[in-house]
Amino acid sequence: MITRESHYLRAIFILFKKELASYFNSPIAYIFIGAFLIVGNWLFFKNFWILNQASLRGYFTLLPWLLLFLAPALTMRLWAEEKQIGTIEFLLTLPLTNWQAVLAKFIGALIFLMIALLLTITLPLTLWWLGPPDWGPIIGSYLGACFLGGAYLAIGLFVSSLTKNQIIAFIMSLAIGFLLFIVGEDFVIAGLPPGPAALAQFIGLGRRFSNIARGVVDSRDVIYYLSLIWFALWLNVKVLTGRKWQ
Amino acid sequence: MIEINQVIKTFGPVKALDGVSFSVRRGEVLGFLGPNGAGKTTTMKLICGFYEPAAGKITINGLDTVSQSLAVRRLIGYLPETVPLYQDMKVYEYLKFVAEIRDVEPDKFVSRLREVVEKCGLQKVVGKNIDELSKGFRQRVGLAQAIIHDPDILILDEPTTGLDPNQIGDIRDLIKQIGREKTVLLSTHILTEVQNTCDRVVIINHGRIVREGRPEELTSRLAAATVFYLKTPIAVAVATEQLLTGLSTVKEMRRVADEESGVVSYEIVAADETARQSIAETLVRAACPVLEFTKKTVSLETVFRELTT
Repeated sequence: MITRESHYLRAIFILFKKELASYFNSPIAYIFIGAFLIVGNWLFFKNFWILNQASLRGYFTLLPWLLLFLAPALTMRLWAEEKQIGTIEFLLTLPLTNWQAVLAKFIGALIFLMIALLLTITLPLTLWWLGPPDWGPIIGSYLGACFLGGAYLAIGLFVSSLTKNQIIAFIMSLAIGFLLFIVGEDFVIAGLPPGPAALAQFIGLGRRFSNIARGVVDSRDVIYYLSLIWFALWLNVKVLTGRKWQ
Repeated sequence: MIEINQVIKTFGPVKALDGVSFSVRRGEVLGFLGPNGAGKTTTMKLICGFYEPAAGKITINGLDTVSQSLAVRRLIGYLPETVPLYQDMKVYEYLKFVAEIRDVEPDKFVSRLREVVEKCGLQKVVGKNIDELSKGFRQRVGLAQAIIHDPDILILDEPTTGLDPNQIGDIRDLIKQIGREKTVLLSTHILTEVQNTCDRVVIINHGRIVREGRPEELTSRLAAATVFYLKTPIAVAVATEQLLTGLSTVKEMRRVADEESGVVSYEIVAADETARQSIAETLVRAACPVLEFTKKTVSLETVFRELTT
């Protein structure tokens, strides 16, 4: 006897499998992973050969920016393309709830991002081969990248549901992600009065990443990321339920 | 089986459906006919649970399409007008995905796939990428997708558009074959399709149902006045006219455009069917040469045009 819960998850899993496979069926996956590896390795080995320094700091400092640009590239087509070619009509008349469809697409994008991150594991392994590194910041940075990347992906997925045009989806996701990222940075906060400054600090996506990347996993930061992801996915479900796009 | 009751659907200020009611009975093939933009596709999307009605109610096997949407969707196989297929998948992968998400048991999948591939004539393309397929094959994959889980109800939105005459024939045969066991709602604006494949017809225009019935019923209703065609050589034209207008059963006789030289054509409006025999007898008795004498049949096309313009 299949329980209701396992049935719910099974449908998500089936759609998730299809979504993940479709990344690898298109050139996007290879361009994405290629860009990720080239930038990561270049930042690492530049310091390694030129400064004779083995450090991942350069890579991890740039990682939020890398994610900012690459996450919208992963999510831009997820709904926009379904609308463009009409498959959304097929997808949303399958025995699936809107939440199941949204979750499957989100998890697909997240797992793909994690695979890309995992392929840069050679860098910390190189460090390790040279001598025992400080594992805290390394694990923290990878964890933070998953949270920050997850937030960008959830935003990008939601934005993709608003349009048929993938380019618009990309630019809008990038703009929203950039805004949420930059608003918590010191040079923005310094110019704001105390009230808005506190709010900006609270919202800022990047500040929380640097907390986790230092190896300090604060439950407030984790809850913030999870709430933001949930909120973006909830908005996405609302857009789908409205069926207002035609 | 499918009950549509006083359904209204609006898109902003536009009323796409304005109080549509009809039902589809178990095991029948119902043709849903109407000009473009009449509301066919909207109705089908409502039945499949893609849209929710602004007012009114749709039930399938007693299940409500809004409050029991998922249960309803499990009963249905749906081929949308746009034939939405994922371009980057292989035919086999796509059908497997649909089968899985529609809960076809894994050990039955292979036999289902074989059956559907054979029914839809996909043997040559199962291993191909969908984006390499011709329009005809895409349509068939769309149909295969709609029947792979062996649904009780099939909703097909213009299943033969863009196909060549041979392919249209194949798809029609397939629909007829499916229609023997399943309930099929099929929309079209091709009238011969309805006459060939459907048990019953519903005609929609401007978001309202304008006529409903068996194809023969619809055509016979318009054929209330019996009309005959007659062709005679021009030499006997005057005599023929005199003979026939004298008959009590003949109400009106008018000359229509001459198609051949030396031949005149008439359209004869008669009171009833008995005129057929009396006209023939009169002409034979007078030894009047008749080149052609036929009863004019009213096509569904005429019915359609009368109702939707």
